[in-house]
Amino acid sequence: MYTSIEQRFVETKHDDIWLLTLYIAGQTPKSVRAFANLRSICEIYLAGKYKIEIIDLVKSPQMGRTDQILAIPTLIRRLPAPLVKIIGDLSNTEKVLVGLRIDPK
Amino acid sequence: MTTIDHSSPIGQALKKCPTGIQGLDEVTFGGLPLGRTALICGAAGCGKTLMAMQFLVNGAVLYDEPGVFMSFEENEAELAENFSSLGVNLNDLVQQKKISLDYVHMDRSEITETGEYDLEGLFVRLDYAISSTGAKRVVLDTIEALFSGLSNVTILRAELRRLFRWLKDRGVTAIVTGEQGNGTLTRHGIEEYVSDCVILLDHKVVDQISTRRLRIAKYRGSAHGTNEYPFLIDDQGICIMPITSIGLNASASKMRISSGVERLDTMLGGQGFYVGSSILISGTAGIGKSSLAASAVDAACRRGERCLYFAFEESSSQIVRNMKSIGIDLEQWMSQGLLQFHTSRPTLLGLEMHLVNMYKKVNQFNPQIVVVDPITNMTAAGNFADAKLMITRLLDFLKLRNITLLLLDLSSVNHTEQTAIGISSLSDTWIALRDIELNGERNRGLYILKSRGTAHSNQIREFVLTDHGIDLLDVYTGTEGVFTGSARYIQVEKEKAQRLLHNQEIERKRREIDRKRQLMETAIADLKVTFEADKDDLEKVIHQEEVRLRIQDKNREQLATVRKADDMK
Repeated sequence: MYTSIEQRFVETKHDDIWLLTLYIAGQTPKSVRAFANLRSICEIYLAGKYKIEIIDLVKSPQMGRTDQILAIPTLIRRLPAPLVKIIGDLSNTEKVLVGLRIDPK
Repeated sequence: MTTIDHSSPIGQALKKCPTGIQGLDEVTFGGLPLGRTALICGAAGCGKTLMAMQFLVNGAVLYDEPGVFMSFEENEAELAENFSSLGVNLNDLVQQKKISLDYVHMDRSEITETGEYDLEGLFVRLDYAISSTGAKRVVLDTIEALFSGLSNVTILRAELRRLFRWLKDRGVTAIVTGEQGNGTLTRHGIEEYVSDCVILLDHKVVDQISTRRLRIAKYRGSAHGTNEYPFLIDDQGICIMPITSIGLNASASKMRISSGVERLDTMLGGQGFYVGSSILISGTAGIGKSSLAASAVDAACRRGERCLYFAFEESSSQIVRNMKSIGIDLEQWMSQGLLQFHTSRPTLLGLEMHLVNMYKKVNQFNPQIVVVDPITNMTAAGNFADAKLMITRLLDFLKLRNITLLLLDLSSVNHTEQTAIGISSLSDTWIALRDIELNGERNRGLYILKSRGTAHSNQIREFVLTDHGIDLLDVYTGTEGVFTGSARYIQVEKEKAQRLLHNQEIERKRREIDRKRQLMETAIADLKVTFEADKDDLEKVIHQEEVRLRIQDKNREQLATVRKADDMK
């Protein structure tokens, strides 16, 4: 849906917190890479207003069903709504930004 | 690239995992390969999900093997709803931890792909489901949905290969389903990963009649039936009938049963039909084939045997009503559970399905007598050769179970001694009913054209339907020909009159003899009287002569004395 810059600004005010969940399954190179990529993207574009939760499916397998996880790693944007899923090691920053709907400015 | 199962010594046959699906275990000689993955593929709506779910439910209920159903198409609620119509309560089984349902939802529009990934999430979920229920059986329905959810085919293929390897390593017996592709078994070629067992399901429509079929395209390391087997989906799920495997090794019974018509039993060597034989009753329309069958059914029920009646022309109530008119009450046997009717139009199902249906009903009801009324209509559901084949298989199947089969065949007027689907050579006993047209009347004649193993009568009998059942009468066979009906009656009367005449003649002759004897005796008496009279006269004369002689002698003596003659002595 198209929104103007003013509206987005207002929205950001309300939904100031970006709640992100990263699903991994053990400390695999892909997972480590994905977390590093996510951290750097957040630091650049969402500095001070993001929270990353990491769920290791090996430790809590029942969560895979709840969030319909198939691919590893999977990043879920819980807030702001709507829920968005990005799969892969997040190596393509541009795609991640589009996927998370972050405006790079 | 298969590893040898170390638990089984080399040379031992492949271990099987029974599916519990009627017939499938027979054609696979025991079930699916244990601990391996089987692929079920076919077009939409041909029963893949059902077969897979039945495999799981049977495992959980019959073999105490829990299962995991991972669905990529329907969610848990939909699955439970769909299978409740088969009398399976999935929710109960889920609660008892016998079955785990896992719905995998994928929406391409929600997902962005960036960089490398794998499907470890799927593995973890599957692993969790398997270990939390202790599952021995796994179904992935339809795994190919992954191809529409994820775009990186290279990763997908690699992960699928890993998945099947992983399933094998876990030692679970798995079924994956796949939609039929264009020229390939599955749309995305997953058959190349599943190499142990491939089952094809099909839904053929021939002459507007559809038949579901199953074929085992591949079963590595095991013998299996290779034909296309028709199968049925009904309120108990899938039922496959591997009828073609039936051989000619039924043992023949020496027991006899009554045909329900006393004189017919007499004609059949005095004891009726052999148990487990097939009896063909042929005749033109309205001749009384059904009535003859009904009296056999009635007799069987009277003995407490169960009868199964497949009617392809009339409804059961119609048959019951009609038989009542000849004094056969079939209703009582129905209410006692000894008689079951199954009525359907031949065109309702394909021939194969009819056969599968009959097979199923016979298995359920376990009858001693089966009636098919009539077999001729089967050609409406298939061609001549197919119908013949079908009846052959039915015949073999019932013979194997020692069930007596009555086949009714409607013959055309011009070919009364030829059955429409040419099965006369297959049946053991052939009773032909025929119209005998004479003097403007049609009368029913009954012949036994053949009866294997019995000393049967070669006589024609007149077949009469009365209000107390069937009567067989002798037909008039004399010097003047064969008569039935009123002609027979007239002929018999004529004969009676003639006999009367003959008797009178004999009587007359006898009287003449008497008269002659009397005449003779009178003559003898007369002669006797004459004789006596003559005798008296003659004796009188003899006496006079003797007296005269004596007097002469005396006179001569006196004369001598007078003359003083010498003594003469």
